[in-house]
Amino acid sequence: MSIKADHINYLYGEGTAFEQYALKDVSFEIEDGQFIGLIGHTGSGKSTLIQHLNGLMRASSGKIYYNGEDIDQEGYDRKALRSRVGLVFQYPEHQLFEVDVFSDVCFGPKNQGLSQEEIQQRAKEALMQVGLKEQFWGQSPFELSGGQKRRVAIAGVLAMRPEVLILDEPTAGLDPRGRDEILDEISKLHTEKKMTIVLVSHSMEDIARYADRILVMSHGEKVFDAPPKEVFRHYKELEQIGLAAPQITYVVQRLREQGISLDGDITTVKEATTAILGLLGKAGSRV
Amino acid sequence: MGIIKASRLIYDYIRRDEENHVEEVNRAIDGLDLDIKAGDFVAILGHNGSGKSTFAKQINGILLPTEGTVWISGMKTTDDEHIWDIRKTAGMVFQNPDNQIIGNIVEEDVGFGPENLGVPTDEIWKRVDESLEAVGMTAYRLKSPNKLSGGQKQRVAIAGIMAMKPQCIILDEPTAMLDPNGRKEVIRTIHELNKKEGITVLLITHYMEEVIEADRVIVMDGGRLVMDGVPQEIFSRVRELKDYRLDVPQVTELAYELKQAGVELPDGILTIDELIRHLLPVLQAAGAGM
Repeated sequence: MSIKADHINYLYGEGTAFEQYALKDVSFEIEDGQFIGLIGHTGSGKSTLIQHLNGLMRASSGKIYYNGEDIDQEGYDRKALRSRVGLVFQYPEHQLFEVDVFSDVCFGPKNQGLSQEEIQQRAKEALMQVGLKEQFWGQSPFELSGGQKRRVAIAGVLAMRPEVLILDEPTAGLDPRGRDEILDEISKLHTEKKMTIVLVSHSMEDIARYADRILVMSHGEKVFDAPPKEVFRHYKELEQIGLAAPQITYVVQRLREQGISLDGDITTVKEATTAILGLLGKAGSRV
Repeated sequence: MGIIKASRLIYDYIRRDEENHVEEVNRAIDGLDLDIKAGDFVAILGHNGSGKSTFAKQINGILLPTEGTVWISGMKTTDDEHIWDIRKTAGMVFQNPDNQIIGNIVEEDVGFGPENLGVPTDEIWKRVDESLEAVGMTAYRLKSPNKLSGGQKQRVAIAGIMAMKPQCIILDEPTAMLDPNGRKEVIRTIHELNKKEGITVLLITHYMEEVIEADRVIVMDGGRLVMDGVPQEIFSRVRELKDYRLDVPQVTELAYELKQAGVELPDGILTIDELIRHLLPVLQAAGAGM
């Protein structure tokens, strides 16, 4: 069970003078239950890539396999694929349209042709998964706050019971608490429901905290594919392609340069606190 | 009186039914008093729905007060005859660059504002040159805005405002849609405008790292001003910020956690340099070298 991209190329304006690679020879395999962070500068090919994974875009060459099956082969049920690989676009709240929250979340499962009972059951479950209280279910989605709207939009995708959830910058424009709440809900889907997650984000801090593997894209090519600690070790290369490591990585590197024996793979505040206190405690200092 | 002043400002969003009866009143700003000095770089923080953006829209008269008064350079926003002067004085930049760019090529886009103000052609071109120079986009003047990165588009949007020669720029989450490089570009650009051209800057953001170099930080909650000070003061109040659904930069948080555990560090550390300067001696004294 997995998603496999096999030498994917995608060309914009193929055969014209403006021909340009949006994806160039991209290969990887995402195993079930992984939490992938997908990072890259604007225009690096992230959004094009994720649209290939659920068959919204078709590669110019190369193949995508879902659970071992070529999604471009004749007779493959791409509609079913789209509910198995759920995609939450950037600013998904712009796509809300129903009269009330509950109907909006029902839209996906309704299109899957499920029974009324099943549809409602799924909508309820999805709304609870994103932590939206029942008092909001009857309200117009347009009366909700930004963070709440975004939850409704995510619930709409969850109601289709996807096996893989891909989210394109789900926290853009949210305040810090709203950002943490949404990411915690997503992380819960990963740990409790064993859902495979692909998180596209510009926040290296968030990626460091949640992902167990990072794919880095630059100019349409995959340039890194490793656990966060390994990827952030290359912070200088990341900077060259318009990215950065979490702030903590820089603190740790600077201390190491000054001869402090810290583990170079520290990327979060929690890890750094523990490590530094450990050093002070171990050395029997006056803390 | 500073360049921007609000006194006992109240703003209600009023929803009416089909017969124009009031259905719901939502108070977005609830008695705000604020005075901003010309030339300051002021950051406004606050969670979604705290009233930041509503206040920003009061500054150039997109919204008008329900009660209280807003003055821009001494002009009341409610005085009809001043509205164009107010909009010339205070320019706004929004979150999504794609919603703000209209020209087919960069220089056209930047010239659009002054053209609408009836500025003579020679003067327009002069302003376009200067504005593009100020945001570092001169090399792109004949390019299509569609071919630019997010950060570059935002800089073009800022140049478009600069070409109207404002005294003050209000930026409402200008980096929310940008990648780390784009974010840095935009923040660097507005700091330069503030320092070199003396433009007053009001920056609304959810990114705490963008705030540390501001002259003054204001925190809004429930339509009121709840914290007001220099970054160092504000960011030393970690618990309070978290209660307002906000955060602190990672370095500040690390310093705070270490301090809580008994490590001797000053309050409100904001940069990597500061933290290293204070933490290194502590670690060295404890014999934590390699």
